Amino acid sequence: MVSKTLNAPNGYKVRISLKTALGEDAYEWNQSEMFFFQATMAFAMRRHFQMETYNVDNIILCVQTSRVSFWFVVTSPDNTTMLIPKADVEKAVRMSRHRINNAFLLSDRTLEFLGIYPTLAAPVNPDTPPWLIVFGVVIGAVCVGIIALLISSLLQKRRKEKGMTEDGQDEEDMQVKGVENGINLDGTYNRGFTDDDRFTKL
Amino acid sequence: MRCLQVSNQDLEERIPSYEELEKLENEEAGDRPKWDNKAQYMLTIVGFCVGLGNVWRFPYLCQSHGGGAFMIPFLILLVLEGVPLLHLEFAIGQRLRKGSVGVWSAIHPYLTGIGIGSMCVSFLVSLYYNTIMAWVMWYFFNSFQETLPWSQCPVNANMTGLVSECERSSPVDYYWYRETLNTTPDIDNTGGLQWWMVLCHVSAWALLFICISRGIETTGKAVYITSTLPYAVLTIFLIRGLTLKGSLNGVKFLFTPDMNELMNPTTWLDAGAQVFYSFSLAFGGLLSFSSYNSVHNNCEQDAVIISIVNGATAVYAATVIYTIIGFRATEKFDDCISGNILTLLNTFDLPEGNVTENNYDQVLHSLNGTYPEVIQGLNLKTCDLNSFLSEGVEGTGLAFIVFTEAITKMPVSPVWSVLFFIMLFCLGLSSMFGNIEGVLVPLQDLGVFPKSWPKEAIAGTTCVLCCLVGLIFVQGSGNYWLSLFDSYGGSIPLLIIAFCEMVGVVYLYGIDRFNDDIEFMIGHKPNLFWQITWRFVSPAIMFVIFVFYFITKVQETPMYKAWNPESENFPTLEEKEYPSWIFAIIFILAGIPGLSVPLTAIYKCLRNRCCKKDNEFKQDDLNTIAKVYGDTTQLLR
Repeated sequence: MVSKTLNAPNGYKVRISLKTALGEDAYEWNQSEMFFFQATMAFAMRRHFQMETYNVDNIILCVQTSRVSFWFVVTSPDNTTMLIPKADVEKAVRMSRHRINNAFLLSDRTLEFLGIYPTLAAPVNPDTPPWLIVFGVVIGAVCVGIIALLISSLLQKRRKEKGMTEDGQDEEDMQVKGVENGINLDGTYNRGFTDDDRFTKL
Repeated sequence: MRCLQVSNQDLEERIPSYEELEKLENEEAGDRPKWDNKAQYMLTIVGFCVGLGNVWRFPYLCQSHGGGAFMIPFLILLVLEGVPLLHLEFAIGQRLRKGSVGVWSAIHPYLTGIGIGSMCVSFLVSLYYNTIMAWVMWYFFNSFQETLPWSQCPVNANMTGLVSECERSSPVDYYWYRETLNTTPDIDNTGGLQWWMVLCHVSAWALLFICISRGIETTGKAVYITSTLPYAVLTIFLIRGLTLKGSLNGVKFLFTPDMNELMNPTTWLDAGAQVFYSFSLAFGGLLSFSSYNSVHNNCEQDAVIISIVNGATAVYAATVIYTIIGFRATEKFDDCISGNILTLLNTFDLPEGNVTENNYDQVLHSLNGTYPEVIQGLNLKTCDLNSFLSEGVEGTGLAFIVFTEAITKMPVSPVWSVLFFIMLFCLGLSSMFGNIEGVLVPLQDLGVFPKSWPKEAIAGTTCVLCCLVGLIFVQGSGNYWLSLFDSYGGSIPLLIIAFCEMVGVVYLYGIDRFNDDIEFMIGHKPNLFWQITWRFVSPAIMFVIFVFYFITKVQETPMYKAWNPESENFPTLEEKEYPSWIFAIIFILAGIPGLSVPLTAIYKCLRNRCCKKDNEFKQDDLNTIAKVYGDTTQLLR
C-alpha cells in the first residue's frame, strides 16, 4: 500500500530505520517504544518552552506502519483541543535532536522527522591547511639538497684546480721521459734530443 | 641489399672506428660518463619505459578492446615492432657513443633533423609531463589528513547545505576540477595562475633538478628507488585489493576475452600505438643512455629483457588497478541498489528487510504491475555493475577521480592514498629522467650552452626555462592545454621520427655495416628475425600506424571535453570545439618536430652547396702544405 500523506498541517511524519542503524542488535519496535517516543517528545517540548506541564498525553500518534513510520501532533497542555504550531514543534525538536537520537540509539539519518533537515556540522578549519605543512617539509628538504649539491660541486672544482697546479710541473717532464714504443726507458734522458720545437716548424 | 643503400661518403671519418672503441674501452679514456654498474642502466631504462601509461592507458585499452583478447595483438606487435626498434636504438647508441643529435649527424649530416626532432618532442613532453607530477604532488600533500579532503563535499557559504557544484557531481569530481585545477569552462578563459598549483609545479621541477643535476651520476642513484618502489606498492595494492569485496569482478571484467574485437582494425592500431609509446622510442633518451654503456655490452639481451619487463609490468599493473576498480564498482552498485530499496520501502511503508538485493527485481516487477505511475514517479536509478566498471577508467580520470574514490572507501584511507601517489610520482619521475636526457644531451651536442658551464648550470637553466614555460599548464585552463599537448605533441611526430630512424640506420648507415657493428660489440651477427624486422616489418608497421593516425586526426574536428557547471548534462563533460587559433598551436606542436627532419636536411644541403666552393679551395691548399710537411719529416727521421 502506498504511504499516505495526511492532511495534517501541524503534524510531522517520523520514520525509523532500526535494522539499518543497528543491524543484528536492532530492538523490536512495539507499543512500549511508542510510549518512550511520546515521553521523549514531551521532554523536548518541556525543554524548549520551559513549561513543566507537557505530558505523554499531549503527544498524539497515528497512522503507524510496519516500516516503522507514524505521524504525531502535539496538543497544548492547557487546552487539549489546541494543537501546537508546526514551527514551534520544529524548534523543540531541533533543540533536543541529539538527546532524542541518543535515547533510541539512532542518528539523524535513521530517525527521520520528515521536513526537519538536520543541521550540518560546522566544517573544521585548521589554522594552517595540512597540505602546506607537508609542502613546507618537502620544499625544505629539496632546498637543503640543492645547497648540498652546489657546495659539493664547488668543493670538487677546488680540489681539481689544486690538483692541477701541483701536477702541472710534473707533466712536462712526463712527456719527455719516454714510453717509446712501449718500452719504459730508465735512466736519465738527455734533453738535447727533445723535439720541443716541432710545433714551430714551417 | 647493397643496391638499396645510399652511398654515404666519409662515414668512417665521423664515427669512431673499432680500434678506437677498443682503446676507449680498455684504457677507460674519454670524458663520457659511465654507468656505475649494469643494474643502474637496466633500472634507468625500465624506469623510462615503465611510466604512467602502463598504469592508466594500458588497462583501459585492454578492457575496452576485448579484455584478454587484447593481449594477442599487444604481444604480437610487441615482438614485431617494440623489440626490434628497441634493439636498434640500444645498438646504435652503444656503437656511436653520442646523444641523439650526435648519432644522427654522425650517420649523415643531413639526418641531424632526426636528432633535433627528438629533442623537440622530448622538450614538449617534458613540459606537460612534469605538470602531471605537480598534480600528483598536490594530492600527495593532501593525503596527510585523517579524512581525505575528496571524501566529502564542503559546506556552502551560509551553512545551509553542500556546495551546489559538488552536490550535483560528486566529491571526487569537485575536488579534482574545482579545488585542484580550478578549471575554467573553456580553453579561451585562462583563469589566471592557481597559486597552490604553482607551488607544487615549482617543487616538482626542483625535485627533478636535484635528480638530474649531474646527469647519470645523480639519476643513477635516484633510480634505485624510483624504479623499484612502484613494484613494491603495486604488490601491496594487489594484496589489499584481493581482500576487498568485488575485486574479482574487476579482474574478470578486465580479462574476459571477446575474440570479435580482433577483427576490428582499431584494436590492432591501438595495440601498435601503445607498444610504441610505451617503449618511449624516438625520444632520444634511450640512445643517450645506451651510449654510456661499455662497448661490448650485450644490447640484444637487454632489448629482449626490457621488452618482457615492460609488457609484464603493463599486465601486472592492469590487474592491480582493476581489483581496486572492481571494488569501487561493486560498492557503487551496492549503494545504488540500497538507495533504490530504501526508496521503495519508504514509499510503500514496507518493513525493513522485506526487500533485499536478491528479491529486488521480483518486488519491483510486482509493484510495477500494481502501481505503475507511482514507480515511474520515483525515478529509480538503473544500477548496472558493468557501467560502473567502465566509468572513467583512463588517464587522469583514473588516477585522480576513480582511484581516489575507491581509496576513500577503504579503511585507513590516508595510508593507501600516500602509497598510491608516491607510486605515481616515482613512475613519472623515472620517465622524466629519460625525457630530460633527450633534451639536455642534444643541447650540449649542438653547443647551445658555452663549454665552460658545468653540468649543474646547464641542467638548472633548462629546468628553470621549462618551469616557466610550463606555467601555461597551471592556469585555470591548464588541463585543456595539457590534453592538447598530449594528443598532438606526443603522438604524430614520434611516429615520423621513429620511421626515419629505422630507414636512416638500415638504408643510409647500412644494414651490413650495422650487422658488423653488432658482431663486433656482442660477438655474433643478429639473426634472421632481426634482419627481417629491421628491414621490412617494423618500418612497414610504423608506416601503417602513422598513416592511419594521421588520417584519423586530420579528418576529425578537434574537440575537447570541458567541465562546465552551467552545461545541460552537467556532471558529464561537455564536448566543445577548439577555437580557430588553436590550429596554429597544433601546427607548432605536431609540425615543427616532424618537419625538422626534412627542413634540417634542406638547410644543410643548401649550406653545403654555397660553401662547397670555398671548401674545395681550402682543401687544395691543405693538400699542398701536407705534402711539403710530409716530405720534410721523412727527411728528418
